[in-house]
Amino acid sequence: MSSETILHGHTAGEAVHTHDDHADHGHHHEESFLTKYIFSQDHKMIAKQFLITGIIWAIIGGLFSVLFRLQLGYPDMSFPVLEDIFGRWAKGGRISNEFYYALVTMHGTILVFFVLTAGLSGTFANLLIPLQIGARDMASGFLNMLSYWFFFLASVVMFASLFIQTGPAAGGWTIYPPLSALGQASEGSKLGMDFWLISMALFIVSSLLGGLNYISTILNLRTKGMSMTRMPLTMWAIFFTAVLGVLSFPVLLSGAVLLLFDRNLGTSFYLSEIVVKGEILPNEGGSAILFQHLFWFLGHPEVYIILLPAMGMVSEIMSVNSRKPIFGYLAMVGSLFAITILAFLVWAHHMFVTGLNPFLGAFFVLLTLLIAVPSAIKVFNWLTTLWRGNIRLTPAMLFAIGFVSLFISGGLTGIFLGNSTLDIHLHDTYFVVAHFHIVMGVASFFGMFAGVYHWFPKMYSRYLNNTMAYIHFWVTLVGAYLIFWPMHYQGLAGLPRRYTDFSNWQSFNQFAGMNKFISTVAMIVFAVQLLFVFNFFYSIFKGRKVKSQNPWGSNTLEWTTPITPGHGNWPGEIPEVHRWAYDYGKDGREFIPQVEPVGADESKH
Amino acid sequence: MMIDVLSDQKRKIHPHKFTLWVAIGSILMMFAGLTSAFIVKRSQANWLMLEIPVIFWYSTAAILFSSVAIQLSLKALKQRNMLGYRRWLVITAVLGIIFLVLQIIGFIQFGDQEIKLIGAGSNASYSFLLAISGLHGLHVLGGVITLIVIAIRAVSISNRNYSSVPLEIAATYWHFVDALWIYLFIFFNWMK
Ligand code: HEM
Ligand SMILES: [Cu+2]
Repeated sequence: MSSETILHGHTAGEAVHTHDDHADHGHHHEESFLTKYIFSQDHKMIAKQFLITGIIWAIIGGLFSVLFRLQLGYPDMSFPVLEDIFGRWAKGGRISNEFYYALVTMHGTILVFFVLTAGLSGTFANLLIPLQIGARDMASGFLNMLSYWFFFLASVVMFASLFIQTGPAAGGWTIYPPLSALGQASEGSKLGMDFWLISMALFIVSSLLGGLNYISTILNLRTKGMSMTRMPLTMWAIFFTAVLGVLSFPVLLSGAVLLLFDRNLGTSFYLSEIVVKGEILPNEGGSAILFQHLFWFLGHPEVYIILLPAMGMVSEIMSVNSRKPIFGYLAMVGSLFAITILAFLVWAHHMFVTGLNPFLGAFFVLLTLLIAVPSAIKVFNWLTTLWRGNIRLTPAMLFAIGFVSLFISGGLTGIFLGNSTLDIHLHDTYFVVAHFHIVMGVASFFGMFAGVYHWFPKMYSRYLNNTMAYIHFWVTLVGAYLIFWPMHYQGLAGLPRRYTDFSNWQSFNQFAGMNKFISTVAMIVFAVQLLFVFNFFYSIFKGRKVKSQNPWGSNTLEWTTPITPGHGNWPGEIPEVHRWAYDYGKDGREFIPQVEPVGADESKH
Repeated sequence: MMIDVLSDQKRKIHPHKFTLWVAIGSILMMFAGLTSAFIVKRSQANWLMLEIPVIFWYSTAAILFSSVAIQLSLKALKQRNMLGYRRWLVITAVLGIIFLVLQIIGFIQFGDQEIKLIGAGSNASYSFLLAISGLHGLHVLGGVITLIVIAIRAVSISNRNYSSVPLEIAATYWHFVDALWIYLFIFFNWMK
């Protein structure tokens, strides 16, 4: 069905904005504070709302990691101030087991969903889609506004869960039953878990509304001349991200609904014969593995929902700042497509050791390792784009290059994990933690930072401060490797994840010093992120003003709008597009914007 | 704002319709997830065979007729036959409500037969029937509310807009929840 509709969209897409009968959008209809800043339907304002909400969540989620790294790095010390703040959760100045679980669970949930999904896609899909395809706004400004407000509601519920007496959800971000299904099993499976599920349901609604709109806008509202293959790679990446989200989030929703049934209505979808604290539960015949299938059917696409927008932005920023066309544009699109398809076919690699049929496992090994092919194509193309480029090391460009480095490092460890036999040893160790933090967590953050540094001038008509930006980049890059590289060794030695304290294990005592080191670096890196946050808010008001319409010498359409675009983006007609987005260094010219007609004697690209 | 953005693209698929199709794909994924979970669970031990209540045949008939009704309503609207349009619209909504009521009666009847849907002693097969039909019912409910909103707009005098787009979108959605139920109904009868 969907392929048919996508074809529809294709033909429908051409020549939508031919006559511009609503040029008056550039003018101001009087807007109140409420409609301009709060219930705005302008995609640019909604993007800022997503970004700032995401930043707030990132600070909270990052702070949680500092707290639990404090415990891991200094297990023998006590911090009375923690007890002052958190009371019985940190009795004697030490983080209790329950608190530790709650912290890691919330850290994962917040960073994966609220920051790197909503904060990343929400910001850049909203900001860039209309600006880069040449549209006045999203297909439906109203749905778009709803998407933000559902995210906001989800945020409120999740935030409220932090203050429940029994604490927030604490079964890990993957909330596996039976632990998450049984309130009597742990504090974190009581009310906090219901809040988690409700919040995530709202979050899913928000993602779906957003995703529908992104797909529909990209396919239907492109300006004249903007064929699909003339779109910047950011658009392709965001498009595939939205497709992934729209097709995988509903499956998580169905898994969550069944979990809610098990929790509150006494059903046995996931629960079989269980004894908790001497009490024999009446449930019988459920299957906990069933939940894992439903969860990871979303969970794996989710990691690409986080990564693809970063890939798209990195491709664009890298080409602009190398003053060279992106190498292998169609291969880039093709590999995004391949990743999208494969993302739906590999979920069971998270379940190799859960009792999955080993024969079935073999297929998942094959499909998982296949992802290395499109990933390698992308890396190759990024490197060849840089090759002999006229490189400008702007902060955005540095973060883009950092992204590629991290993606390589983290992708390589994926190949280890993708082998089911190796995974028997590596599963649930710090090796996995290192793998996904580098390839997904830090890499996508780098993509996001690159995007913020690059498009901040479009958002706020001012620049971010460069000195702070360079400090931010170097400390974060070096810090990220110093934090996560040692974890590979810990994982190879068998150090399990999700444990509060390793000091009782003779064999893991060797890591005491390493853990202290990691924790110390983690705090420094966190502090530098606060520097970025300061830079962000300071520059909104006090940053250097943007004087040129196209400060980076970029080809894409967003730089043809006024320095501060109004509602409707272009004061006059929407420009027509005559070429792809990557004519850099062509025919002796540094760059040729997409709006410039192809000259008679121009060479082919 | 939407209207003027779209005014110049008559021949093409309306973006809202397009959005609906994508949304339908999304909803389908949810039910695909649920029915595959059903299949996985069914192949494991301790599965009670489903007895599908007879009354579900009547609810199926109701929702089938409602699809015909909304089509007639749409036809009437296109012929500017406002009376017929409103009449068939209301009939559609009423059939939708009848569908929901019959479904609920079906589930209440399980209680009389001492089959437990939830709680201690319930079997996953019946819990699935409840969860999946319940989620489908919520989608029907959403459709009924939409139809009622359209019907209220249709009788309000201030509305001089004869655009058939909202009803076309509602009708597509309505046919979809109808077809979805048929799929589920066949699925339940076949997979038990
Ligand atoms: C060549 C590419 C990759 C391969 C072969 C691969 C393979 C794997 C495997 C087998 C696991 C499960 C390990 C275990 O739990 O025992 C895993 C975990 C994970 N991977 Fe990858 N991966 C690849 C790339 C990526 C990318 C690009 C991302 C994100 C953007 C990612 C994110 C994750 C996450 C988040 C987890 C852990 C989830 C959890 O257990 O909490 N991986 N990977
Ligand atoms: Cu995965």
